[in-house]
Amino acid sequence: MTASDLFALLPLLSVAATAVIIMLAVAVHRSHALALALTLLGLAGAFCSLFFVPLRPVTPLLIIDNYALFFMGLIVAASFAVALLAYGYLGAREGNREEFYILILVATLGAMVLAASTHFASLFLGLEILSVALYALIAYLHGRALPVEAGIKYLVLAAASAAFLLFGIALIYAGLGTMEFARMAQLLTNGGALDLTMLLPGVALIVTGIGFKLALAPFHMWTPDVYEGAPVPVTAFVATVSKGGMFALLLRYFHLSGTHSFAPVVLAFSIIAVASMFAGNLLALLQNNVKRILAYSSIAHMGYLLVAFQAGGPMGASAAAFYLVAYFVMTLGAFGVVSTLSERGRDADLIDDYRGLFWRRPALALVFTAMLLSLAGIPLTAGFLGKFYIVAAGVSVGEWALILILAITSAIGLFYYLRIVVALYQQPADSDRAHEPIPRRAPASTLVLAALTMILLWLGIYPTPLLRLIQAAIGSLG
Amino acid sequence: MILLWLIAVLLAGGLAAWLASRSSPLLCRWISLAAVGIDFVLALSLWTRHFKVNLTGTNNWFEQVDWSWIPQFGIHFHLAMDGLSLLLVLLTLFLGIASVLASWTEITTGVGFFHFNLLWILAGIVAVFLALDLFLFYFAWELMLVPMYFLIAIWGHERRVYAAVKFFLFTQLSGLLMLIAILALYFAHYRNTGVYTFEYADLLHTPLTPHAAMWIMLGFFIAFAVKLPMIPFHTWLADAHTQAPTAGSVILAGLLLKTGAYGLIRFVLPLFPGAAREFAPVAMTLAVAGILYGAILSFGQTDLKRLVAYTSISHLGFVLLGIFAANALALQGALMTMLCHGISTGALFILVGALQQRMHTREMDSMGGLWATIPRFSGAALFFALASLGLPGLGDFIGEFLVLIGTYQVNVAMAAVAAIGVLAATFYALRFVQRVFQGPNSHAWQLPDLAVREGVMLSAMMALLLWLGLYPQPVFRLFTETVNQFPAIWR
Repeated sequence: MTASDLFALLPLLSVAATAVIIMLAVAVHRSHALALALTLLGLAGAFCSLFFVPLRPVTPLLIIDNYALFFMGLIVAASFAVALLAYGYLGAREGNREEFYILILVATLGAMVLAASTHFASLFLGLEILSVALYALIAYLHGRALPVEAGIKYLVLAAASAAFLLFGIALIYAGLGTMEFARMAQLLTNGGALDLTMLLPGVALIVTGIGFKLALAPFHMWTPDVYEGAPVPVTAFVATVSKGGMFALLLRYFHLSGTHSFAPVVLAFSIIAVASMFAGNLLALLQNNVKRILAYSSIAHMGYLLVAFQAGGPMGASAAAFYLVAYFVMTLGAFGVVSTLSERGRDADLIDDYRGLFWRRPALALVFTAMLLSLAGIPLTAGFLGKFYIVAAGVSVGEWALILILAITSAIGLFYYLRIVVALYQQPADSDRAHEPIPRRAPASTLVLAALTMILLWLGIYPTPLLRLIQAAIGSLG
Repeated sequence: MILLWLIAVLLAGGLAAWLASRSSPLLCRWISLAAVGIDFVLALSLWTRHFKVNLTGTNNWFEQVDWSWIPQFGIHFHLAMDGLSLLLVLLTLFLGIASVLASWTEITTGVGFFHFNLLWILAGIVAVFLALDLFLFYFAWELMLVPMYFLIAIWGHERRVYAAVKFFLFTQLSGLLMLIAILALYFAHYRNTGVYTFEYADLLHTPLTPHAAMWIMLGFFIAFAVKLPMIPFHTWLADAHTQAPTAGSVILAGLLLKTGAYGLIRFVLPLFPGAAREFAPVAMTLAVAGILYGAILSFGQTDLKRLVAYTSISHLGFVLLGIFAANALALQGALMTMLCHGISTGALFILVGALQQRMHTREMDSMGGLWATIPRFSGAALFFALASLGLPGLGDFIGEFLVLIGTYQVNVAMAAVAAIGVLAATFYALRFVQRVFQGPNSHAWQLPDLAVREGVMLSAMMALLLWLGLYPQPVFRLFTETVNQFPAIWR
């Protein structure tokens, strides 16, 4: 490993170093504000370094290319937003707060490794770094019942799914004799007679592991409980960073390794996409808890992403990347509102908590409306262009069935988004607590929400710069 | 550039009105009125330009803007205006003024947000009528739904949430079908030429197999048929119209329904002439069914707003019939019906809304003999009811008459059945007048008559209907280019 290899890893190193620095700082002096400041500094440094690091493969495990840099940028930016949201949220709660940021940084590091990995070893390494930090994060408010329950659930299921993944990796390694994605592609394309008895079960097990992490149906059972139980900023993190890193990996793996040319794999992904779209949108209809609604909606959104993934080619990959950015923005925004409104004792997760919000906190209600409409795919928002891009990718290769199902299920999805929106604008009844002003706190959260809303509208109106970035990133995928 | 201003003034006016409502609701109303008024004057000034420009056979647009917007997809910000767009934009802004005035005393809560939504709907509708890039068209098409949804869901009547969600779902799902159809056309064009474009003029000559053309055409058609609304896609209409506040009903009936008809004329027929011609018998049958069905349902209503809402299904049936009969006479009739239906039904909704504001009910059974207490109001209602039933001398008559003549040349049976619809209109319109305004004032209502604001607004609408009924020539001249291009593509 040379100096320029290390230089290329600067984004990863600076995030890792920040975690260590905070740990040392906490040993000397506990300060919530200092921990936040160091976290933001480290993440900002990592983000800036993305613009000048050399593009090169670093060991057979990792590659720093435009694709990796793009997703790292997305992950780091999302972690930045989560850290700011957490400051207001944790500030009102009991217990030590500083370790939260260490865990966030470690989890971010794991997701970044996933985005850059080209090898099964780094895949597993990244996944475990991410998962282990998440177990602790989900149960961070360990004095309360729900977070602990959610943490245990996630621990058991994530560990099981990691075992599936590992077994799948072993089978593929046994069949092909390599763990490098690019090498696999060579073997698969000109290897002649392949022994599929090892490979297909291997791919199936890997898809199971990845499907769990992305909360795709039928591996989605954990999602609503974990979303509901985890502290809101962690929920936002699980929904965005954790899934984003995994999706970046999925896209790269299937793009590079050529596994996507097997008919059974294509069929399996189609079934998973359809199941996710239906399960997410239909089950969300039954919920009264905003966090659970957003959990099911995220299952549906992962299904939409798979439609773009299925379309394949540069267009499908670009559509998926664009949608992922839009999904990050709107999911962070939606959970940001939930986090801002959450009271000391409990999270604001019932629809009733939002009734008449517009008449008390118009700005917050409008931000939430924008995020929900974006999730529903209404124009002027990033979600609309994202959905447009996915439909375009699907139509370009004639995936009519998937596209029609996407249209129908996203119309079903409107029901539950509109349910929340309607509640926001209901006239408050005079008797209840609706007229109490909600205390304003956490200027940091306000800042994040304002920025996310601006980005949401900007991407919805003028996506050209982002599209250029994405095309460069996807182009480097080869 | 002036086309961009038409939209920008409304968007900015909406924001300004919202901000102004913090200091005074009255200021907010005046700002909204001024913004729509300025826009109306701008649009009128374009009419004078229309006389000066010498239009050649192929280029009907006498005003355009065209900027690259998202080059990666070949999306342009392309607005253009021809005679058809001009008249519909004028109608939009005229009814916009009427809507602001109609809400003057009706809306008392959330005044700022209300006017924001109102002006943004108008901006979306104007953009729909001007957009020539199919992506931009879809963008505007979807965009006008959200503020409309808010208008119904926040300021509507008893069952507003149900009505708003139903409206949104119907239009959204059909919109997604249109999006798929637009993209299918886009990629078909790409495969033929290697160019990614959403430009109307380029897509116009995309060679398609008859099979593909039919499917893509249906995608567009369903979106427009839901808006129109054509049976069997009409069920959202009665709920939405009934539950919306007055301004919402005026805009729904007067303008949103017209966007569906506009889409058929601008996109479905020119883009897919072959498929549309093949489909015409089905569309015409459904149109005639809608004419009769709407009239019969309207006759059976006791809720005044529902009654007026169902008449729209009947009248828009004539529009659909005229469009798919597709000869010059029928098309001119359809276009004239669109304009006049917008004004006369808009006026009826304003009157019914004003009645509800005065009486706090829309039930016909608790009314009767109102002529004794509000004679000027009742006279206005009689006028617009007569317009709606197609009295010669008023605009609606010209429109429906031309549709019937045009249809007769294509299909005698359809024309004959549709003519029964005109007869049926007499029943529901006169029943409305008799039950509400004539007879004894058995409930002893004492109500305030028309205010000056209402009087001026309704007089202007009456004058327009009279003008369109007696001297429609200037309007027909504006339609000429639109209508003339049809025989060429239809054969």
